[in-house]
Amino acid sequence: MTGPAIGSRAPGALESVATSAVTSDRPRRNWGSPWAWIIFLIGVLYFTVPLIATFIISMRAKPLFAAYTNSFADPRFFSSLIYSFVIGLITVVLSIALIVPTAYWVRLRAPRLRPFVEFITLLPFVIPPVVLVFGLIRAYSRPPLPFTNTDIGSSALLVFAYIVLSLPYMYRSVDSGLRAIDIRTLTEAAQSMGAGWFTILVRIILPNLRVALLSGAFLSLAIVIGEFTMAVYLARPAFGPYLALLGANRTYEPAAVSLISFGVTWLAMIAIALIGRGSRTRIQVGGAH
Amino acid sequence: MTFLELTGVQKRFGDVNAVEDFNLAAQRGEFVSFLGPSGCGKTTTLRMIAGFELPTRGAIVIDDVDVTHRPPNQRNVGMVFQSYALFPNMTVAGNIGFGLRVRKRPKAQIDKRVKELLALIHLEDRGNRFPYQLSGGQQQRVALARALAFEPQVLLLDEPLSALDAKIRIVLRKEIRTIQRQLGITTVYVTHDQEEALSLSDRVVVMSEGRIEQIGAPADIYNFPATPFVASFVGTLNLLAAKVIEGGEGRISVDGQEIRSAKPITDAHDGSTVTIALRPESIELGEGGGVNRLRGVVEDASFLGSIVRIRVHLPDSQTTLSLDTFNDPNLDPPAIDETVTLSFPREACLVIGSGPAPVVDVVAGA
Repeated sequence: MTGPAIGSRAPGALESVATSAVTSDRPRRNWGSPWAWIIFLIGVLYFTVPLIATFIISMRAKPLFAAYTNSFADPRFFSSLIYSFVIGLITVVLSIALIVPTAYWVRLRAPRLRPFVEFITLLPFVIPPVVLVFGLIRAYSRPPLPFTNTDIGSSALLVFAYIVLSLPYMYRSVDSGLRAIDIRTLTEAAQSMGAGWFTILVRIILPNLRVALLSGAFLSLAIVIGEFTMAVYLARPAFGPYLALLGANRTYEPAAVSLISFGVTWLAMIAIALIGRGSRTRIQVGGAH
Repeated sequence: MTFLELTGVQKRFGDVNAVEDFNLAAQRGEFVSFLGPSGCGKTTTLRMIAGFELPTRGAIVIDDVDVTHRPPNQRNVGMVFQSYALFPNMTVAGNIGFGLRVRKRPKAQIDKRVKELLALIHLEDRGNRFPYQLSGGQQQRVALARALAFEPQVLLLDEPLSALDAKIRIVLRKEIRTIQRQLGITTVYVTHDQEEALSLSDRVVVMSEGRIEQIGAPADIYNFPATPFVASFVGTLNLLAAKVIEGGEGRISVDGQEIRSAKPITDAHDGSTVTIALRPESIELGEGGGVNRLRGVVEDASFLGSIVRIRVHLPDSQTTLSLDTFNDPNLDPPAIDETVTLSFPREACLVIGSGPAPVVDVVAGA
């Protein structure tokens, strides 16, 4: 080892010569309280034990990795995953189109309506999905809007239901993103330069909400991909019902599929973290010139 | 010829009158400042010119076109905000060119204009930086360039230097004035800093509680304040209660000692009380400052660098006067409790209102 220890004096300094013989009091590394470590370990075990157990179960299938190869070999695995992913993407796009202008307008022009809008966005937590989907089926399986009569109609209905389901996550993400920027002044600055509402939303507000939108989109996507109740009652070939079907008929494959979907989720989170790290939405470094 | 005209403009927020009967006619290329304390209505008036607030009553005309009810994006008015309001997602060049891109100008034209403006604000090499990579002063220069890029008819600046430190404020103040003169753009500048308003403007509008107190050239505002508020808000001023002896001759008495004003007092009868204003710099220690003389006792002498501020107590009226003398290393300041004579010319004695002085024993203003 060659480099000087942290906290040692600069070589050549007179004091260092004088004190070098007695510099045994190196700064001790602070490892923190043992209780903190115990709680941390409990947390780690709480999250990892089920994963490890699932992995062990998935590996019981013979030959080795058979549960994984069987899952990938099943065409319904990819088709249901892709279906849910596409439905999820459409949900995210429509949610953004609905929520960003609403949250922006409420913050800018109708701040008194904020508690009301927040309450509306929280309703999906209060109304169970099964109630919501039955309401939708009752309302949209007959004229004038017989959505459930066709596959596309049912899928559209599923998207609308998912938009409602993702409201709390998307609205909160967008709202906290809007809170981080001075939308009133930015809007006025853009207006004074001749920009209309659409230009302001597309060129100023949306780009500055990039990270907030990504978080909201990711949460919505995660919910949609794993959602079961609505998809099954609308008889859609989504990933949630496929996973449930697999669980009912196979022994080891559900564990493998669960781990694969868990891995996909983590990859998405890492992608968000990487994109977010490159964010350019900091406002001011500080200090006058 | 009048270029920007505000006629009878009023703005009410519920029961509160934010701006009342505001009338202003600014010439093309004129630099007008709105000066006043917080809540006096200066920013509200500016926002009405920009179109962010709709007047409750009155009209706003720019270049003979009534823009009172036009939305802000159709007014062709550039605005610089106190908080810079640069778009964080765009580079410096992107920010400056935004107004031109909105107007769908050709890319080559936008690039050329952005280059010109970067040169104007001396940030030629910072075009590709993002706002967070610039200092506060640089950000405000970019905000100025952005507001000028699309060649607006009127430039509005809402306390643009308030968030900057003192040195940068002075540098940027000069830059703003130089650029404004260079481009000849009609400019309205809002500030609560009298030094900024006096040093930058062709004319200053002093406001208080939603009303215009006085409109005039900086020297007129400073030397001839029209109301006690202007006198107390602009500059440092001694406000004294005086008794009119013979108004027609300008004879009045302060602290039982007779002095004279240059102008006859017409709006107060003999024997009544009026308020007079005396600038500290127009009073001299000794008898060489003019025909008016007052005797008092030195209460305090403060060394302020190039000047020494002396406070003199007039015992009979329990009034304290403040005067400024240049610091002379060869002369000692007067001793505390020493009796001294103060002198000043008739012209320095401004009668600014009938009734007792609002502040009679302290130096008002900043």
